[in-house]
Amino acid sequence: MEAISSDLPAKKSSLGGLLNKLKAPFAFVPLLGWFFGTLVAVVIERLWGAQLAEALGMAGVPSLFGFLIILKEPALIPSTFLYLLLIYVLPITIIARLSAPLANGLAAKLLELRLWFSVVVHLGLLYLILHIWAGAGASDYRTLILRLTLISIMITLSLNVINGYMGEFSCSHPGFIALGAYGASVFTLIMFEDDRVFGPPLLPPALGPFMFPVALIAGGLIASLGAIVVAIPSFRTRGDYLAIISLAFMFMVKSLFENLEIFGGARGLGGQPDWAGLPAVFVWAAICVWIINNFVRSTLGKALNAVRDDEMAANAMTVNTRRTKMTAFLFAAFWAGTAGGLFAHVLRYVNPGMFGLQNLAEVLAMLYFGGLNSVIGSIVGAVSFNVLSEALRPLEIYKWIIIPLLVILVMIFRPRGLMSFKELDIKEMIKPKERVEEKEHAVTSR
Amino acid sequence: MPLLHVKDMTHYFGGLRAVHNYNLNIEPGQVRGLIGPNGAGKSTIFNLITGIYSPTEGEIFLDGDNIVGLHPYQVAAMGLGRTFQNLKLWRHMTVLEHVKMAHYSKINYGLIGAFFGTPKRNREEAEIEARAFELLELMDIPHLAHQLVTNLPYGAQRRVEMARALATEPKILFLDEPTAGMNPEELIKMMTVFRRVHQEFGLAIFLIEHRMKVVMEFCDVIQTLVFGEVIAEGTPNEIQNDAKVIDAYLGREVVA
Repeated sequence: MEAISSDLPAKKSSLGGLLNKLKAPFAFVPLLGWFFGTLVAVVIERLWGAQLAEALGMAGVPSLFGFLIILKEPALIPSTFLYLLLIYVLPITIIARLSAPLANGLAAKLLELRLWFSVVVHLGLLYLILHIWAGAGASDYRTLILRLTLISIMITLSLNVINGYMGEFSCSHPGFIALGAYGASVFTLIMFEDDRVFGPPLLPPALGPFMFPVALIAGGLIASLGAIVVAIPSFRTRGDYLAIISLAFMFMVKSLFENLEIFGGARGLGGQPDWAGLPAVFVWAAICVWIINNFVRSTLGKALNAVRDDEMAANAMTVNTRRTKMTAFLFAAFWAGTAGGLFAHVLRYVNPGMFGLQNLAEVLAMLYFGGLNSVIGSIVGAVSFNVLSEALRPLEIYKWIIIPLLVILVMIFRPRGLMSFKELDIKEMIKPKERVEEKEHAVTSR
Repeated sequence: MPLLHVKDMTHYFGGLRAVHNYNLNIEPGQVRGLIGPNGAGKSTIFNLITGIYSPTEGEIFLDGDNIVGLHPYQVAAMGLGRTFQNLKLWRHMTVLEHVKMAHYSKINYGLIGAFFGTPKRNREEAEIEARAFELLELMDIPHLAHQLVTNLPYGAQRRVEMARALATEPKILFLDEPTAGMNPEELIKMMTVFRRVHQEFGLAIFLIEHRMKVVMEFCDVIQTLVFGEVIAEGTPNEIQNDAKVIDAYLGREVVA
């Protein structure tokens, strides 16, 4: 009897048990180890990916983990899986597992030196991985997807400051992105492209890339100015008013740019200089995540949570609630504007139609998919939404049935999103991992 | 001049007179009680003094400064801490974050520090964390520091609120029915906490309370409020034997 009863729960969770068994050998692989594995995998793809793909009967290296091939040519599914296994899964797992002791030692050494140094090394490795991965593709497709995903992370994160951390429902993000995109574009076009004003004759083109940060910051500041327009009337009250006013603001910005002929009207603005390469976008995204994460983890940033959960109590505990909300709103708008500036220089073309309801729906979906009040949630949300959106592209219009369905499913099973209310502790993430018990303990104590 | 001085304060909600010619003087270290039937205007008086409402007429001085028209956070930063009748905790925040948050007005690192994680910010955050833990020790809840407040029992939540109010470093503490909804066991523990707070900090306390046991034990002077007017003021003994108070609370015997 005893044997049977003890068997039952084990059988029930056999799937979870299997997963745990698979996970167990990798429990003490630190982030650095995973980076090593991935680096080897992308190098292998760069060197032999094309030959392998050819040998397996594919037209070229599968550009996005084979999603596109699976949907377009189902006959190639087995070879796609084989490709993924040989190029990604096996190298990553084997190298991660084998290098774990070395990676742990290195991670510990790096942490002993300085936290920021360790972070920079990790980010450098991550960039290297992305760079090699992007270069292995047949065309610029991978670079473009990576850059747009990184920009989505910035946009989602900045919206999370308002909708998640501050708990207001703002719909004005496309407006801020548009202001930033147009602001930065006008800046770079007037300064470096349009020779009727300054242009190449006056400002040497070599100076351009160094002025790019200035253009982006200018775009961000213009978006912040726009945020003041929304904030002043709507922060006197709470609740639905901000949602309505911010939605109105979004349409105002859109029709403003549609009707201003100097900005190209509905035709849009084109010909932005090609400065937003993968390195620039990566650095800006990293800075954005770093600063926003710093802010929301400080007591000044936590004041946002206090205002959201009980404004009267926050006020009575010396928190200047009005200034707190205003700061956060302008701060979020600034990053949305900066991301907009990057976006304009990645596509090298903007038009007002890009910043409408569809854009709003996408941003909100990324945010709620990933989870409110969580930096890591925003990153997960933006990345998974972008990958999904690209992967389902062959389905054309049906994509817009499947993605909303997925969002609905997430809302049903995890109403707060995939990873809500989690703090991103960078030190915790990059530290060496000693034993399984310790890690579990760390998870439960938080 | 007393620590807190309220002079002829009157407040109307539309046409309804909620508080009429209210006067109050609290000396440093004094414990004052405010009792009265439900709806008498006790919490309104708290909200008027702490700046949530602005009185229609009258003047309020805290440590010699006129505080009428200031925002609640300004009044709080000047040394007026408070707790709320129905707990007002931040449900997604941990106990430690609550107490740290109440140090908000003492933070000097500014937005630059918050954005870039400067050494100054780390130093200040460590300082307020240490001070927060001192207060949690005082309330006997340091072991709950990393719990979300919603997971705590009622008595512990009251302690968190008290620790949070003390973290604003008040000169005078307003307690709005701090023992409401407590069982006898929690009540005894809470009274120990009051005693400790009063002795440790020598704080002046202004207390709204329905439990006569608590009021009688702690207060030096008690005011009785009925329909927004003070009908009696005196020591616990005087109040207990005041005919008008007995009328208001117990009703008059009708002689047929």
